[in-house]
Amino acid sequence: MGSRRTTGEKIFSIFNIIFLTLLSLVFILPVWHVLMASISDPDILQANSGLALRPWGQPTFGGYQFVLSNKNIIRAYGNTIVYVVGATAFSMFITILAAYGLSRKDLYFRKPLLFLLTFTMIFSGGLIPTYMVVKGVGMIDTMWALIIPGTVSVYNIIVMRTSFSTIPDGLLEAAKIDGAGHLRILLQVVLPVSKAVLAVIVMFYAIRNWNAWFNASIYLQKRRDLFPLQLSLREIILQTSNNSLVTESSDPGAIDRYRPLVKYSTIMISVLPMLVVYPFIQKYFVSGVMIGSIKG
Amino acid sequence: MANAAVAPSRALKDQEKKLKRHLIKRDFSQNWPVYLMLVPVVAYFIIFHYLPMGGLAIAFEDFSFRSGFFGSQFVGFKHFENFFSSIYFGRLLSNTLILSAYGFLISFPLPIILALLLNEVRQPRFKKTVQTISYLPYFISVVVVVGILQDFTKSNGLLTQLVVALGGEGGNLLGKPEYFRALFIGSNVWAHIGYSSIIYISALSGIDQELYEAARIDGAGRWKQTLHVTLPGLAPTIIILFIMRLGEVMTLDYEKIILMYGPGTYSTADIIQTYVYRVGLVNGDYSYAAAVGLFNSIINFIVIFVANKISSKVSETSLW
Repeated sequence: MGSRRTTGEKIFSIFNIIFLTLLSLVFILPVWHVLMASISDPDILQANSGLALRPWGQPTFGGYQFVLSNKNIIRAYGNTIVYVVGATAFSMFITILAAYGLSRKDLYFRKPLLFLLTFTMIFSGGLIPTYMVVKGVGMIDTMWALIIPGTVSVYNIIVMRTSFSTIPDGLLEAAKIDGAGHLRILLQVVLPVSKAVLAVIVMFYAIRNWNAWFNASIYLQKRRDLFPLQLSLREIILQTSNNSLVTESSDPGAIDRYRPLVKYSTIMISVLPMLVVYPFIQKYFVSGVMIGSIKG
Repeated sequence: MANAAVAPSRALKDQEKKLKRHLIKRDFSQNWPVYLMLVPVVAYFIIFHYLPMGGLAIAFEDFSFRSGFFGSQFVGFKHFENFFSSIYFGRLLSNTLILSAYGFLISFPLPIILALLLNEVRQPRFKKTVQTISYLPYFISVVVVVGILQDFTKSNGLLTQLVVALGGEGGNLLGKPEYFRALFIGSNVWAHIGYSSIIYISALSGIDQELYEAARIDGAGRWKQTLHVTLPGLAPTIIILFIMRLGEVMTLDYEKIILMYGPGTYSTADIIQTYVYRVGLVNGDYSYAAAVGLFNSIINFIVIFVANKISSKVSETSLW
């Protein structure tokens, strides 16, 4: 490669690298801005709303101290962890069982079952009837509303099924001859050789649940104490309301003083877990997209 | 089955049916755990996906929680007629289609271009770094993305300053209907371009290197190679994803719009699904909202169906 590159190609190469470097900055800059704003002097920050390339004024961790000592935000953080773990565990349970069944070529009713699932990808009852069903089963204002409805993804089931069906038949046959039943084959043969796809799907479910806010906003009506972090964030950032901040022990003076910082500090603590794990899981990310693109 | 050339008689057919029933029974008794494992998923989809489809019946009644699903009065197509003749219908439909079309025209080709540019980079570490950075926004929630966007579009925010420098008017951009579409699509591109390019980058790495070798021997430069080797190699992936995207025409990210819009920007930002949300869940007009939602679902269904028909004709790749 590159033995006979023309001048035009060299110029293109240089511009390409400059362009991609600038593009990378565009991806990083907004997050950097939030980070710098979160440790700025609240008074100076209040007056400047331009891009924060470095902290405005003397760096301070006052915003973080306020956020981390605010009971409402800590509770919302805890709720989010419950939702992420609960919804991911529940969805994985359904997804694994469904994928195992559907990956068996000798299964009767495989086609109609697949149709039952994929049809929901192209037609849905929509927002209102779904809301009424959730209300009908009594999940409104309970944590279940964010763990069960709308969490299982057909796409993820199909990805996992495609992956399971590439396991050599010989491996499954051998286990069967050894007298293993389906549950044992699933737990001791299929799952151990499918660690990569399991990691990918857990990751997709976990990211989605960590970042979800909409269902919480319609299913949690009277229970502010069950709010996930994203919903509190919405109030703090977008509705500029203090509802998510005020507790019986909070000092109104501190709220007013740190109000401009709280928004940025809360964003930072909400994206921090994602920022920490993403460089490590992004390679699974790539393989996940690839497994999904194989037509099953 | 051995003499398949002869048309099977009725008796034979009956026998086949019996045999099949017998086989199914035997499979049930031998492999019942597999069928048992499928019970949760079937129950889940019936309760949370098919019950709501049945619940669409409320679009044809005047539903109230007091009279219940079976007790509410049947009103036929009243809500549909009201919607079609309402002053909002034209605006909602055109906002939905315009936002979709713009989004499609802009967010579809950009990940392909990013993948092509990355493909031209000869420094593997630089390429890997840019790629990793481009996934970053995918991990950030919509609430935060819109929050940052709001920050950048305040009267002296970064984007506003940019707009002013380019001769624009300035002020709070998110509050202005004429900027809504650009901000919605732009922030979508920022959030998804890296993730969407993954599949093209993999497809590019799958192109046979000997084809490039052959093209070079024929005297093709980089540009000609891109035109005659890279793009044809990428075409099947592009076509499949194009069709899949067509199927999403009516399913805009309404959750994000709800975070971004306000009464001041309804004239460009309000789409069918955000209207369903407001009328149904905020105002409690369930039946009317369900009717509007059903209209949206039907259009969506037709679009996917037609897209798939076209694709199976054109490229022999269909989604089902």
